[in-house]
Amino acid sequence: MKGYSFISVARQAISGHKGWPVAWRSPEPKKNYDVIIIGAGGHGLATAYYLAKNHGANHIAVLEKGWLGGGNTGRNTQIVRSNYYWPQSARFFDHSLKLYEDLSQELNFNVMLSQRGLLSLAHSRHEMEGIRRWANAIKINDIDAEVLTPEEVKKLVPLIDLNCRFPVHGGFIQRRGGISRHDAVAWGYARAANAYGVDIIQQCEVTGFNIQSGQVTGVNTTRGAIGAEKISLAVAGHTSELARMAGFRVPVTSMALQAMVSEPIKPCLDTVVMSPVVHMYVSQSDRGELIFGGGADVYNSYAQRGGIPLLQENVASLLELFPVFSRLRLMRQWAGIVDITPDTSPLMGLTPVQNLYISGGWGTGGYKAIPAGGETMAYTISNDRPHSLIEDFRLERFETGALIDEGAASGVSH
Amino acid sequence: MLRLNCPWCGSRDELEFSFGGESHLTRPMLDASDQEWTDYLFNRDNPKGIHLERWRHSYGCGQWFNIARDTVTHEIHSVYKMGLPRPILAAKEND
Repeated sequence: MKGYSFISVARQAISGHKGWPVAWRSPEPKKNYDVIIIGAGGHGLATAYYLAKNHGANHIAVLEKGWLGGGNTGRNTQIVRSNYYWPQSARFFDHSLKLYEDLSQELNFNVMLSQRGLLSLAHSRHEMEGIRRWANAIKINDIDAEVLTPEEVKKLVPLIDLNCRFPVHGGFIQRRGGISRHDAVAWGYARAANAYGVDIIQQCEVTGFNIQSGQVTGVNTTRGAIGAEKISLAVAGHTSELARMAGFRVPVTSMALQAMVSEPIKPCLDTVVMSPVVHMYVSQSDRGELIFGGGADVYNSYAQRGGIPLLQENVASLLELFPVFSRLRLMRQWAGIVDITPDTSPLMGLTPVQNLYISGGWGTGGYKAIPAGGETMAYTISNDRPHSLIEDFRLERFETGALIDEGAASGVSH
Repeated sequence: MLRLNCPWCGSRDELEFSFGGESHLTRPMLDASDQEWTDYLFNRDNPKGIHLERWRHSYGCGQWFNIARDTVTHEIHSVYKMGLPRPILAAKEND
């Protein structure tokens, strides 16, 4: 991999930027691979990268039915945080945030991480007590959290209207939380995985599995059958569909989660603001657009577009907290299909089919988990046993009752 | 915006309804295995395509009913009352 650096940029500038090599190849699929990852989103690409880097795996392919990073990786609102309640989640998501902190160096690709702080608001005395409890749990998990008074909230976010329909009683902030650039995460992992020889095969949809005596041996795709010793799913909203092809059922509901951006304006909001009660979150991107969203549409959906009623609700919620934004025009609105589990925690690890692994159930919060998800799944695939950080996220927890009911998973309540 | 055809009140906006999830789930008997019970409680069909689901006209007559809806196009192929068996959709298209 030819490194990106100040010198390489300067050299390319002199020669008119005509000498940049392609960031990744687009090879034809081979007949056989050691490992196939289905889904070239953040999780799939990260898994391939860590398999090659940490476990020395060769002959890895990442199959993608559309284009690389075109699913939820390119549709989320770029938020990274680890303000989780339960120790299992806190451990995992804080590890992920730590990996994000070094990711630009690790991948030699600027993911534009901006740890600008993530503020969660409370709108009643009782909710404030809930926030204190939540912040305490986070601190016990050895993660930073700081409870703020309404005055401190106003100082941090001057544009906010504290006396809105549900007056702001305070909140808490995780200062290490923030945003990064989602496309860069997908492209960075793709480029780094490619440098290790991983084949990223786009426009190649999996249509079925070859399973012999309970063991997966390959996949059928729109570009022919491909054999593999091990296969891992990283397909977000399509987890149920792929699981059905492999012959097992998962506790997943696919829903459309929408987000939207305003026209770009000058910098005015340097914190990520979330409100579970008013039901919205907002941040300002480096391009000046306000990125915001709220809950998911209430019914099952595989249509990558959101419903109008929820769009109106999201806009109304934003304007309730920030009346000053009412003159802005909405520039784009879109949706991604998220795979929501009953306890809002992910499904990771082994499946009932031998040599078939799963990383799914990420629901509305998979983006922040990409580095740790990739690293732990690579370990799991390589060793055929779950990494210690994800043991508790196994599929069998629904049978044993060891659910991880993570209300903090969504950040806003769903 | 979905328009749902309530069997009692006619075609109304999505906003008047509450979604009740997959229909035709049958509670297993008390001697069910852990696996059957888990399947009933948590596992869902979640198809990409026709989904049989329950809705309630919460801000109208308050009645529950079933629909068959395509989860990609959101087209509603059938509306039928609670307690009725799964609709045979191919037959409906021939009507």
